[in-house]
This record gives sequence, structure tokens and C-alpha cells, in this order.
Amino acid sequence: MLELIVISTLNGVLFGMLLFLLSSGLTVIFSMMGVLNFAHASFYMLGAFFGFQLTKWIGFWPALVLAPLLVGAIGMAVERYGLRNTHKHGHVAELLLTFGLAFAIEEIVSMIWGKSPVDYRVPTLLDFPAFTVFSTNYPAYKIFMLVVSVVIFIALLLVLKRTRVGLIVQAALTHPHMVGHLGHNVGRVFMVVFGVGSALAGLAGVIAGPALVTQSDMAAALGPILFVVIVFGGLGSLPGAFVASLVIGLVQTFAVALNGSLASAFGPLDPSAGPSVLTDIWNVTIAQVAPIVPYLLLVVILIVRPMGLMGTRES
Amino acid sequence: MRKLTLAIAVIAPMLGHAASAEDTVKIGYIDPLSGGGASVGEGGLKTFQYLADELNAKGGILGHKVEIVPLDNKTNPQESLVQAQKAIDAGVHYITQGNGSSVGAALSDFVTKNNTRNPGKEVLYFNYAAVDPSMTNEKCSYWHFRWDASSDIKMEALTSYMKDTPSIKKVYLINQDYSFGQSVRTDARKMLGAKRPDIQIVGDELHPLLKVTDFSPYIAKIKASGADSVVTGNWGQDIALLLKAAADAGLKVNWYTYYAGGAGGPTAIKQTGLDHQVFQITEGFANSGNQAAMDFEKGFRAKVNMSLWYPRAVNEMRMFKAAAEKANSIDPVKVAAALEDLKFEVLDGGQGFMRKDDHQFFQPIYISSFGKLAANEPFDEENTGWGWHLVSKVDTPQAMVSTTCKMVRP
Repeated sequence: MLELIVISTLNGVLFGMLLFLLSSGLTVIFSMMGVLNFAHASFYMLGAFFGFQLTKWIGFWPALVLAPLLVGAIGMAVERYGLRNTHKHGHVAELLLTFGLAFAIEEIVSMIWGKSPVDYRVPTLLDFPAFTVFSTNYPAYKIFMLVVSVVIFIALLLVLKRTRVGLIVQAALTHPHMVGHLGHNVGRVFMVVFGVGSALAGLAGVIAGPALVTQSDMAAALGPILFVVIVFGGLGSLPGAFVASLVIGLVQTFAVALNGSLASAFGPLDPSAGPSVLTDIWNVTIAQVAPIVPYLLLVVILIVRPMGLMGTRES
Repeated sequence: MRKLTLAIAVIAPMLGHAASAEDTVKIGYIDPLSGGGASVGEGGLKTFQYLADELNAKGGILGHKVEIVPLDNKTNPQESLVQAQKAIDAGVHYITQGNGSSVGAALSDFVTKNNTRNPGKEVLYFNYAAVDPSMTNEKCSYWHFRWDASSDIKMEALTSYMKDTPSIKKVYLINQDYSFGQSVRTDARKMLGAKRPDIQIVGDELHPLLKVTDFSPYIAKIKASGADSVVTGNWGQDIALLLKAAADAGLKVNWYTYYAGGAGGPTAIKQTGLDHQVFQITEGFANSGNQAAMDFEKGFRAKVNMSLWYPRAVNEMRMFKAAAEKANSIDPVKVAAALEDLKFEVLDGGQGFMRKDDHQFFQPIYISSFGKLAANEPFDEENTGWGWHLVSKVDTPQAMVSTTCKMVRP
């Protein structure tokens, strides 16, 4: 049992940190531009496919640096030539742009790389068990993912809280006009933030690609969970996104590990009643409903605390 | 004017389509070519295309060229019906599908309704892998023919083998949460309970179909349960990723599977070092020792660059030809009648037959294990150097189950 708890905690934290790499960019972009970027998970997918392709050509380590930079550049281009032009038509236009972009990216990716999973392998240097908890091996690559995510988190925090750049970004979040009046190029700040956010998503893609499955529907599979994270944590709140990522990661991993059902809590139903819809509900285990647990959390938090865990605004 | 040109450009190829439809036998291949089932779906497509080429090289079926029409159903029953309708509109009279009994049941129902409503435009559904027993029992259809052994036949054979393996004490069941996975789990519980009441079922897991990308939480749970054996009907990425996560965690158990041989499975088994500890149940395998099958395997690998996962597809296509020749027609109604009780020498040797009562094909079944190869076993899998080795063979009469099907005949 203890073993299960340790392993599930490690897995949960890892998944949570991966979610954070993605949601941090999404939430900062939201608070700056007031726009939910539907294409954010697509940048994650682009990162994974660029990582796969560059790994084939020049090896994993250069790909780890180059792929996120490429994705970041694409992100900046999207902001500069797409979002900035649609901005004057209001938020709905911007939203629709990112929405369309998500579909376009998915189609382009499946045109280039096909629809079935690509063979994106863990680099041989990291393909060994890092340590053994009780008798379960923990892969070194997962530890590597964890370390990268933590390093990025700390770096992001330091940049935002301790540097002049961070100061301007934070100011632009809440008072873009004032920042503009002070002589800063707010447009460029937006573009760079969008680029960095996309690059972070790309980085998450590069490192998650070999551990999970790299295929053209990976964005669609992860997208909804990202929105859960940022709404749960509070729209626009970086610490909120961090806490929410960890909570969702842990909840989802532990839900799989639990076998409890209504039947085990209150005893089986009277068998003479025969099978019905009720017996199905009665016997379903928490493990079986694990995939929908995050969405239940989303509903609950919106009812109890609409601004999210650490959000500041009501809407 | 521009609109008119466009309309002609769109319609013209369609007309050409209809004209050539009479000359070729089109088989609509409705299976996942995207998403989690794509790896096996694409493998199946290549297999059927190879088989069609093989038939065409020998003059096709009664002089008609055979063509495979690939249609992506994304492992989704609803999407499958859309694709099936599309196929029928394009002049397809034969549909083949395998991945997902949820899809299979929907297609069987669809084809049955279609044939009742459109007499003279019948469509046959050739099922090569959807093994939910209900399709040849309470939900059986005259227009559906299944070449794969149904799940209860496989589980019967698998549990008979497990019965004689005294080292099995604690069994963990992990399956996909839909009709097929549920039938695997109920059959396993029932049959193990009857044959080896001393075996303890220490876990019984159902997970979402083709949605899980990381099985490590499930592997941690299997480990914690203290199981020595795992029984699973998982297929596609669900078996590959399950074995991959087990390999990463170093889980050492015996695996009793339906489909460990699919894409990615062998690589993961080799990585764990589970030498002859992963078992699979099939109607044939590369190292079965049958000369004709091994020659076929050699030619298939040389051309398609994958191993033959579906010997049943070979049986299906060759038997289709035999039935058409028996009926001397490619009319689906006549072919269906000719298929009933048709006896056929299967690829891996031995006689099988298509039972009239439920349209289930009965054939010899093999249990094989994956590991280091013996001298007389030439074929490895996925360049691992390991391959499948015969463990047990069940002949046709022993691989038969009864049916509750009350066939409605036209």
C-alpha cells in the first residue's frame, strides 16, 4: 500500500508539473490579452512533433532547445500577424482565430506526420531505471521530466518576481495603458509573452512526447484538461495554475489507484432487484470514473468559488 | 460560370466511379486510421491490400478485380455508420471491419437494417476481429460473418491452459471499458472460478478505451496487489502502452493476453526481459511450423514490412473467393448462402468451417509465448530477436462453443 502511495505521488506530481508547463503560458496570455487561447494545446503538439523530427535529424539534446524556440517563434508570428490584427474586432474574433488555428494545426500535423503515432523514443542516455522504490523501478526519463519542469517553474517565478522584465509584464497584465504611457512597447511585450508561453507549451511537448504518445490527436486529448486547470486555479493567476496543476495531477493519478464504489461503501444492492441502471452506478469504481474527476472538480469550484482557487476577478 | 465548372469538377469523378463499380469487387475497410487505434488499423489495411493484390494476381474473384476502399472510423461507432453509408453510396457491397466490438455491433445492426430496407442492394459484413460473443448470440445477424474466434472461445482455451499451470495463484484482470473488455472480464471470472477455484482474483480493472496515454498508475496498482499473472484483452495502443509501462516499472508477472503481438507489444516485452512469460492466443502465428503459412509470412514480410497479425484476414479473403466461386456469382445474397457451412483449409493448417447457426468460423486455436527463438523458428518480431513459440494447440472440435442465436433468414 505504501508503495502504491509513493509511486502514485511521484506519477501525480510529474503529470501535475507537465500540466503546469502548459497552463502557465495559457493563464499569463489570458490575463494579458483577455483571450483564452484555444490553440495552446496545439503548440504543445507542435513541440512534440518538432522534437520527434529534430531528434531524428540532429539528436534529442539539440531538439530539446531548438523545438521550443521554433514553437515560440510560431507563437510570436501568430500574435504579431494574427491576434494583433483581429484585436480591434473584439475578443470574439480573437477567440475564433485561436479556435480555427487549433483545427488548422491538427490537420497540418496529420498531413505531414500521418494520423498514427510516431516512434518518438526516450533518448538512450536516459533509458534506464533511476531508482527502485520497494521493488518498482522508476524510469530516469520521468525524473528528467520532473527536473526540467521544476527548473522552468523556478526560472519563471524568478523572472516574473525579481526582474525588471517581470515587473513590466506584471504591470502590463493589469494596466496596459499606463505601461504604454510610460514609454514601453506594450505590443512587443504581448508578442514576447505569447511567444514564451507557446515555447513553454512546446517544451512540454518535447519532453512529454517520448513518455506519452505523440500523435495528431494529442492536442485534442489534453486541451480540455488545461482549461480545467486554469479555471480551477483562477484565471490569470500563476500560483493558482501551479496549485491546480498539482491537484489535478494527483487527483487523477490517485483516483485510478482507488477501488472504492458505492457498493463497497454501503454494501451490495439486493440481488433480487436484478440488474438495472442503478446497479451499474452502484458498482462503478472511482478508478473507472477517474477521467471525469477533473471535470467534476471544475463544476464544483465554479459553484463554490467562481473566481477559482487564487483568482482575483469575478468574471 | 466558375460555380458550374466547380460543380462539374466535383461530380465528374463520381460518375466515373459509378461506371467502374460493376467491374470490381469493392471491399469497404472501415477501421481506425487515426487516433489510438490507428497503429493496428493501418496494419490491417496493409494486410487486406496485400491480400487483394494476391487475389488480383491470380485473376481476381470470378474475373472481377478486388479493390480495398479504406475508410477511417476513428474507432467510433457513429462515425463508422457514416463511413458505411458513404461506402454503400459508392457501390460497395462488402464491408470488413475488426477493431472494436462496439463498432462491430453497430455495423452489424446497420447492415441488417439496410438489407431489409433495400432488397436487391444487400451488403455483407465480414468481421475479422470484433470478438464480443453477443454478435453471434443474442445479437446475431444473417448478414454478419466472423472469422476471428469469439472472446469466449479464446478465454475457454486460455483458461484451460492456465488450469494446468499450478504456479498461478493470484490473477489480476485489466480490460478496456466497453462491451468486449467487459465480456473478457466476466468470462475470465466465470471460467477461472469453474476450472481453478483456488485462484484468487486480486484485481479487476476497467479503463477507458484507447484514451490512456500513461499506464503507470495502473501498473503501480497491479504491483501493489501482489498478482503473479495478468489477464487482458487489450488491443491497439492499450496493450502496447500497458506493456511499455510494465517494462518501465520492471513489473515481473506472467501475461495472458489476446493481442500482445500487435504493434509495439513485442518491443516492450523484450525490454522487460520477460522471456516466455507473455502468452497470446491466436488462430495462427509466424512460427506455427506449417510450411504454407511460413512461406506466406515470408512473402508478406518482404513486401509489407510487418509481420502477419491477422491470419484470419487471409482466411476471410480466400474463403470469400471460394464462396463466390461456389455460388458462381459476386452477388452478396448468393455469396452469403454459399458461405454457410462452408468448409475451408485455414492458412496455418487444419480444417475450419463457417457454422450456419450463428455465422461464427471455427478453426484450430494456438497459444504461443514470446521469447528467445529455437532453431526451427525463423521469425522474430519487430527486430527484437525474440518471437512466438508454440505452447498449446486446440483443434477445431475442441474450440467450439454453443450459441443462443436464433438466425432470422431472408
